[in-house]
Amino acid sequence: MSKRTVEYEVTRAGRPGLRGAAGVEARPITSPVLPAGVEPDLRNRHMLINMGPQHPATHGVLRLVLELDGETVVRCTPHIGYLHSSFEKLGEYRTWNQIIPLTDRMDYLAPLIYNVAFVAAVEKLMEIEITERCKVVRVMLMELDRIFSHLLWIGTTAIDIGAFTVFLYTFQRREEIYNLHEALTGARITTSATRVGGMMADLPPGFTDELRRFVDEAMPRTLDETETLLSNNNLWIGRNKGIGVISAEDAVNAGLTGPLLRATGVDYDVRKDRPYYDYETYDWDVIVADAGDNYARYLCRMEEMRQSLRIVRQCLDRLPDGPINVDDPRVILPSKTDAMNDMESMIHHFKVVMEGVKAPAGESWFGVESSKGELGMYVVSDGGSKPVRWRVRGPSFVNMSALPQMVEGHLVADVIATNASLDIVLGEIDR
Amino acid sequence: MADHFDKGLGGLESGPERTAEDASYRGAATEATHPSVTALRDRFGDAILHHELHAGDEHVVFIRPDRNVEILRWLHDDERQRYDLLADVTAVDYGGGRPLQVVYQLWSIPHKRALRLKAELPLDGLEIETVVPIWSTADWLEREVYDMFGIRFRGHPDLRRIMMPENYAEGYPLRKDFPLRGRFSRAEQTRRALSFDLADYYTAREMAVMEDAEVRQARQAAPGSVDFPADVEGSRDPRDAGGGGGGEESG
Repeated sequence: MSKRTVEYEVTRAGRPGLRGAAGVEARPITSPVLPAGVEPDLRNRHMLINMGPQHPATHGVLRLVLELDGETVVRCTPHIGYLHSSFEKLGEYRTWNQIIPLTDRMDYLAPLIYNVAFVAAVEKLMEIEITERCKVVRVMLMELDRIFSHLLWIGTTAIDIGAFTVFLYTFQRREEIYNLHEALTGARITTSATRVGGMMADLPPGFTDELRRFVDEAMPRTLDETETLLSNNNLWIGRNKGIGVISAEDAVNAGLTGPLLRATGVDYDVRKDRPYYDYETYDWDVIVADAGDNYARYLCRMEEMRQSLRIVRQCLDRLPDGPINVDDPRVILPSKTDAMNDMESMIHHFKVVMEGVKAPAGESWFGVESSKGELGMYVVSDGGSKPVRWRVRGPSFVNMSALPQMVEGHLVADVIATNASLDIVLGEIDR
Repeated sequence: MADHFDKGLGGLESGPERTAEDASYRGAATEATHPSVTALRDRFGDAILHHELHAGDEHVVFIRPDRNVEILRWLHDDERQRYDLLADVTAVDYGGGRPLQVVYQLWSIPHKRALRLKAELPLDGLEIETVVPIWSTADWLEREVYDMFGIRFRGHPDLRRIMMPENYAEGYPLRKDFPLRGRFSRAEQTRRALSFDLADYYTAREMAVMEDAEVRQARQAAPGSVDFPADVEGSRDPRDAGGGGGGEESG
């Protein structure tokens, strides 16, 4: 077939077209090939369909081109990049602290995990050991956002499969987490809550009481309700059990991490295997299933939310007093009183703000367990206040690349169910 | 006031004074030797160029780029190494004509060990063997490196751009010599965005399937002629075909 250019064409003779605003005539939409009444012959032939990029079940601007034999998927090719804004390039033009707002725009379903992972990588490079209180607060917020992300996943996945009620239940709880975000940072989605060396602000008054009420009363009830609606539901089981199966070996080889990997029976969890922020001192379990199908992923995520609740409760119990920010003049501003009253502090304040935090030459990789899998932040510095390279190893990107393996040979409807079970976020896939 | 100064402005460059406790924290995280690094040197000798330690506990091994597959396959297969999870493939450009580094971030699930390998490629020889046969996860990761840095992976099954469109002609965005706003003017970028070719939206295989469906339909509509009638050909909107090769009528 010859290549054709997409242009506005003038209508051909005898068929008046619509005149567009730019003065060119647009053609009326007709099917030019087949006469009326003739059905296309599709026997033994493959057909292409586009799913997306604006399909509601693709969870963002994702386009899947499916090659079908009847209703069976022969080949699935994800086409991504529709949301690409090159965060990594933008990061090279920003100081270390200015990058934080970019991180929560990647995964807007669990922004605090991305905020923390990025500053943790910079702190590791600068050899900063954050305060005890800050560690506990960060763990608490990360687990809260894991619940936040899984709640969205279960709600939207249930909608994709036809169960609407779950969405209403889980979004009520998400609304409460939005309110907690807002109390902490003033923003509901784009939190930007962390800073190199600590947090943007300490927890506001009443935050812990509200959080305790959330984890003790509201959340367990919602989890029970959701499980009542779904776990033994015949339709839910029929659409999920035995669908999207991947073996443990293939999953590791394909780089899957997070609940997707643990649903195949591999107990790799960054929080246990490479503990950060004292995760080894909390009492919780790594959740593993063995079937490797959509239903196993559902069970893993539901149980992970309960484990996250356990961790948040322990955080609330052990939350120590003391400063939230580290006492390090390289990264932390002097107090406002000092900056207003003595010259050295004012210069210090000016330099940290205007020149930015400087990280020593070198590089560091910090991996955390995000709600979707292993999130790696890789930063390379040449000693300046801006990175030479900031790389995000996004779990969604890698998990997405294994989708064809899971859906080829299944039906079109299973593509929807399996894609939903991956729990992807396109902001991070496309960066 | 002097104390205050030392702690504040004076400490801006040097950081806080390290106490004995801090030193022990640092010491605990530092491992001067890594079992895999020693094993790599023993086995591959001069293919292992040098070794760096970063941020306390991160071991970086520089390898010769022409032997990357051999080394990575051994790290993946050997029982005492078993780096079965390829966490990341990326590249670093330091700018100034320096070589580009291809970075492999490995993790061993059974042994709970991390290792980073780097291969340096000169700017006039940006080509390296693919590792997709070892880890299927390298497929998209290498495509991203190709898209963003222009490094070609020999033997890659499907080396296409992944984020940028296939007809993107401004170069490789994450290279240091690439300006933040791109190389073309805003007007030129818009013009190009509006003149996408149908083939830019599909892979070669998808185009073949689509062509097959179109030829079949044309034959059905006008028996005896394989090509489109001229007037129909002229009036077709490529976006119709974008809705699915044989999908117009069956939708």
